Amino acid sequence: MARMTMIEAVREAHDVAMEADERVVVFGEDVGYFGGVFRCTAGLQAKYGSSRCFDAPINEAGIVGSAIGMAAYGLKPVIEIQFADYVYPAFDQIVSEAARLRHRSNGDFTCPIVIRMPTGGGIFGGQTHSQSPEGLFTHVSGLKVAMPSNPRDAKGLLLAAIADPDPVIFLEPKRLYNGPFDGHHDKPLVSWKDHPLGDVPDGDEVVSLGKAAIRREGSDVTVLAYGTMVYVAQAAAEESGVDAEVIDLRTLIPLDLDAITGSVRKTGRCVIVHEATRTSGFGAELMSLVQESCFYHLEAPMIRVTGWDTPYPHAQEWEYFPGPTRVAEALKKVMED
Amino acid sequence: MSNDVRPLSLNVPEPGCRPGDTPDFSDFEIPRAGAVGRPPIDVDPDEIRDMAFSIVRVLNKEGEAVGEWAGALSVDELHEGLRHMLILRAFDARMLTAQRQGKTSFYMQHLGEEAVSCAFSRAMQPGDMNFPTYRQAGLLIARDYPMVTMMNQIFSNAEDPLHGRQLPIMYSSKEHGFFSISGNLGTQFVQSVGWAMASAISGDTRIAAGWIGDGSTAESDFHAAMVFASTYKAPVVLNIVNNQWAISTFQGIARGGVGTFAARGHGFGIASVRVDGNDYLAVHAVAKWACERARRGHGPTLIEHVTYRAGGHSTSDDPSAYRSRREAAAWPLGDPIERLKQHLITIGAWSDERHAQAEAEVMDEVITAQKTAEAVGTLASGKQPSPRDMFEGVYETMPPHLIRQRQEAGF
Repeated sequence: MARMTMIEAVREAHDVAMEADERVVVFGEDVGYFGGVFRCTAGLQAKYGSSRCFDAPINEAGIVGSAIGMAAYGLKPVIEIQFADYVYPAFDQIVSEAARLRHRSNGDFTCPIVIRMPTGGGIFGGQTHSQSPEGLFTHVSGLKVAMPSNPRDAKGLLLAAIADPDPVIFLEPKRLYNGPFDGHHDKPLVSWKDHPLGDVPDGDEVVSLGKAAIRREGSDVTVLAYGTMVYVAQAAAEESGVDAEVIDLRTLIPLDLDAITGSVRKTGRCVIVHEATRTSGFGAELMSLVQESCFYHLEAPMIRVTGWDTPYPHAQEWEYFPGPTRVAEALKKVMED
Repeated sequence: MSNDVRPLSLNVPEPGCRPGDTPDFSDFEIPRAGAVGRPPIDVDPDEIRDMAFSIVRVLNKEGEAVGEWAGALSVDELHEGLRHMLILRAFDARMLTAQRQGKTSFYMQHLGEEAVSCAFSRAMQPGDMNFPTYRQAGLLIARDYPMVTMMNQIFSNAEDPLHGRQLPIMYSSKEHGFFSISGNLGTQFVQSVGWAMASAISGDTRIAAGWIGDGSTAESDFHAAMVFASTYKAPVVLNIVNNQWAISTFQGIARGGVGTFAARGHGFGIASVRVDGNDYLAVHAVAKWACERARRGHGPTLIEHVTYRAGGHSTSDDPSAYRSRREAAAWPLGDPIERLKQHLITIGAWSDERHAQAEAEVMDEVITAQKTAEAVGTLASGKQPSPRDMFEGVYETMPPHLIRQRQEAGF
């Protein structure tokens, strides 16, 4: 067990996987010699050589497309898209190729790749350094989608993703790279070094895909969240006085529906929180699923607290970002309904 | 505005010949057979820049094999090559008819392009991997992939190896070095580079071949593939099949009317060669050269196969709506089967009688395969894949939400 930041945990997961399996190769823009713009691959090229960890041309379709070819050969590429906001040039390769390869070839070819990408806002990243595109991927059959919220999960989920036989979109909330963040941007930063979830087990212990975690037990309302919003929801629960049960979904596909329905049937209320824009966001899917499976247990309409249906702004960062005040209001409202 | 600046106008290239026009290929420069030399496989790409503007040709008008690219194939191998092309043509003819009869929904033929995939296939080795488009079935035929299996896929019947999930002709066979075909154009070009990089990373000696049409070179993935192949010196042969047409769009729309497709390799430092795509011997010789280059670690090669799409784009296409019906006949590089036939006759290893006999034998073989496949089923009748199959294989293990949907669907 060692205390780590999320960055160190992600790097450690790479290291463990590369040590254990020489088929694991790591590449992306600035990933090799430099070790990544967020340092998530620091030291890997020096340790494993430049044929296992290397820099790529600035071409996202090329990075994903060549990884698909490598996977078809038998390697296990773990690739990085520098920001989730820049994944779109690779969309054809992800949607039409990686996601479909096993199905369309009836297992003749498979695509065990992991596509890592820093995601989310709260960092004054503006339009193209803040987006949360998870809903675009959860809509694609054949992909798995994971988003850790702490160093322990970052390592365990990434190891599970690398071991997984299918393509995994691995979204890393960059706002959480160095410490937890509850949306109180005016308060001093907290480091993972002072947080229990910064304790990362040694070795190759995985956190299984498809398993949610209850971060705060409560009886009044269920809050479904992932990534940075887990901490915002926890803060909102404390500040509103509403005894909310906060569920960190961890994996969106496959989804831990049992954990969700178990909680909502207990509380009878549900608030869904994500940074991504509202319309057709993953929250809409969560709302549908809860409605389908918990209708007779619901005592109030569900509420979504999300990013607005606008491009992510710069100056209006904290008016856009769904912070603890907005979430707390939703918690109070859902209790009044 | 000053007086010497005129209003701008948009350049939209037009083919030389539209329906009703007389085809004219007089501007199309064709070097004589044997004119282009054969460089060593470790040649510096810079030293053969002229090869991207010429055409490697082996067979001359008299049907003789001439020049430095000749002599790589034995008479037996040439007979075999002719047989593969005849099979592909007969297969196409039968499947075209089957589509018209409603036995399948769709088909795409190779008419006029048989030499490209059939000859290339014989230059590769077992263990190598092609990343084909939908118009390289010769890669399978020339590797003796069972025709019945191809037809089962086309008919989407119960024996379809892809369980009815894919459109007809989107074959897949890892065992035969034939990567799963995708409907999305250009995607496989960069995947072939990645596969080749993986071979290099693993210290293997296997190579990959990527395939793309003239129209699809305009896709972004073409550029991605060239950059990656160039940067990592991947052991890959990148094939552009320039059949002059992308559905209704003539190749000038993708190319801009200047240079050649092969010349695009120069900006990436990739050895780039143009070959007569209707000359079985030339395609094979250039393919062998490029494969050897890749296998010996001398890096990637770009090959532009110059040919002509003699048939419609697909069974959903009527080419008489956008090009002259006489254009295929006027194509100056002729027909690949006729040219190989003529060569074999010239060297005394074939005759018109033997050819007619071979055509009949091949057609019998194809019809027998078709009867076997149709006895299993077609899209319209017989034994078809289970609806349950559509839920399988989305992931290795079916996740809970798919299990629920499969049950909801009643399977």
